[in-house]
Amino acid sequence: MGAALRQQFESLITPKTLTPKTLAGLFGWRERPLPETVPTGVAELDAALGGLPRGGLTEIFGPPSSGRASLLASILAAATRRGEVCALVDAEDCFHPQSAAAAGVRLDRLLWVRCAHNAEHALKTADLLIQGGGFGLVAMDLGDTPPAVARRISLTSWFRLRRAVEYTPTVLVAVARQSNAKTCASLMLECVRERASWTGATPLLRGIRARVARRKPGHAVTACFQAGYRAEALK
Amino acid sequence: MYACLHGSGNLTALAFEFSPTVEQTAPDTVTFDVSGLDRLFGLPQDVAAAIARRATETGVQANLALAANPDAAICAARGFANGAASGLRGPHILPQGDEAKYLGSLPLTVLAPSAELQETLERWGIRRFQEMAALPALGIAERLGPEGLRLRQLARGEVERKLAPLEEPPRFADELELDYPLELLEPLLFVLSRLLHGLLTRLATRGLATNELRLALGLENRATHNRTLRLPVPALDGRSFLKLLELDLAAHPPPAPVVNVSLAVNPVKPQAAQHGLFVPQAPEPVKLELTLARIQAIVGEGRVGSPEPLDTHRPGAFRMNSFGRAGQAHSPAGPSPSLPRLALRLFRPPLAARVSIEAGRPGFVAAKGVRGRVVQSAGPWRTAGDWWTSDPWSRDEWDIALSDGALYLIFCEPRGWYVEGSYD
Repeated sequence: MGAALRQQFESLITPKTLTPKTLAGLFGWRERPLPETVPTGVAELDAALGGLPRGGLTEIFGPPSSGRASLLASILAAATRRGEVCALVDAEDCFHPQSAAAAGVRLDRLLWVRCAHNAEHALKTADLLIQGGGFGLVAMDLGDTPPAVARRISLTSWFRLRRAVEYTPTVLVAVARQSNAKTCASLMLECVRERASWTGATPLLRGIRARVARRKPGHAVTACFQAGYRAEALK
Repeated sequence: MYACLHGSGNLTALAFEFSPTVEQTAPDTVTFDVSGLDRLFGLPQDVAAAIARRATETGVQANLALAANPDAAICAARGFANGAASGLRGPHILPQGDEAKYLGSLPLTVLAPSAELQETLERWGIRRFQEMAALPALGIAERLGPEGLRLRQLARGEVERKLAPLEEPPRFADELELDYPLELLEPLLFVLSRLLHGLLTRLATRGLATNELRLALGLENRATHNRTLRLPVPALDGRSFLKLLELDLAAHPPPAPVVNVSLAVNPVKPQAAQHGLFVPQAPEPVKLELTLARIQAIVGEGRVGSPEPLDTHRPGAFRMNSFGRAGQAHSPAGPSPSLPRLALRLFRPPLAARVSIEAGRPGFVAAKGVRGRVVQSAGPWRTAGDWWTSDPWSRDEWDIALSDGALYLIFCEPRGWYVEGSYD
């Protein structure tokens, strides 16, 4: 009797059948439902990456001029267009309202918190905003924070943010030069600058082309997007 | 025991100072219940003296009468109105049981009978209370009906009725004189909590809420520290209000110990709104206010809000508006750009830079955290403005790409070169 059971069990857990789905069926586990996602506002990224998860931490990182701020502005614009109330926790006080408005961000729906070069204040503020509830998107911009300072933010702090945003309809986005949240991030997007476009006999900055690579979850997926500036504005 | 004031001035306010049961009998007559005041003041004469004293202080010119029933007091106050020329006339205190005797000399016109009845009584030669009171009840009922009977009862001072009380005008302010000066915030919050609880209970019993709290702290140095908290929507959340007061006082502490606390609220109707089922969620207003106050305590005042670009060509000009106050849910959506726009990330303040010029264009840039050879540049974008004011500006902007691939916006003004921000 015992041997038969053992044989049946071993036949079930062969490497081929050992998937989360079969295990869930075998032990009666319930699969965690996939989180609801919201679009980034960049069609190429939405098609390739599938949007940003609600109730999760999305980390966008990359070097300067890699399209991080443009992507963030696009995300904020999409969220405010949906009628959601958004918050931007600006650790280095670097937000430019004019370019955000040009990107389509409805500034009357955006709460801007200027943390005056204090990453610790930014973390506390983001925590308070998430705890307060009601925001569709909370973005924490550490993009100009020196990497050494950003690295000093402990994983515990990131974990607390992740737990705070979990089971809420809020999208938490962190922008930085390097990945800091590590395992606490539900989605990690790495921005890489490809090239800047200059046109005309009298050179004119037309925009940049950036590549966004999904580092987590699952396998790497890459998408490119273009962000235009003066050339489009002068047309 | 009832008191009646007949005259001019703010009679109602004076009456409410002595009794919660006040009847506005006529525009110039107020009747109020003074039962129980004998325990506070003593004899009816002392009660009348206290009312007279307060009337003099408040500038009320009226005739005062006290009687065992309201109508006798009214008759006495109206009938004996031609006394002293100023201040409180009287007081006339009618002993219980002797009302008819006391009122007997008054003319019947004090009772304001109907014209027909008055004519009949005139013809009978009945002109004073005592003559009316002496008539037999049965005969009056037969000849003059119920009105005549009632007139007779009034003339005898026998009418027993209850007052039709006025509602006390709501006053949503409380004050507390402290026994000793308070220096710390925590004990002050205990006092504020007590005042706030009372005010909010008063509001709740009347189905009201508040959208403004006005705090006045009397200080030991005789100055007053005033703070006003405004809420975007009316609410009745005592804990949130107390926390808001705490955060506000922590940010703006009184300069001296507190000896007197006065708190007032603005009574308004509570806001009832039905949100749409498919409308995106928004922060709860009172909770948001509390969150913003907490954040403001961390990052400093004026650093939290909704940015609004100013209508000027001055680069980067904006102002911070209070978040969630001005119709944020109703502003129309602007046109969405066809492709993502390149965002500018500013350095506040701009980074002072050393720029070497090669062939009339920037060739090398060095600033804090920014250093490299310029591989591509566009510009200059020449702008100037506000030259007619005391704060003019004039600059040449350049978009540059450095050898490390980063894009920056630099500008040159009379004071030198600066890195304004990076395109990201």
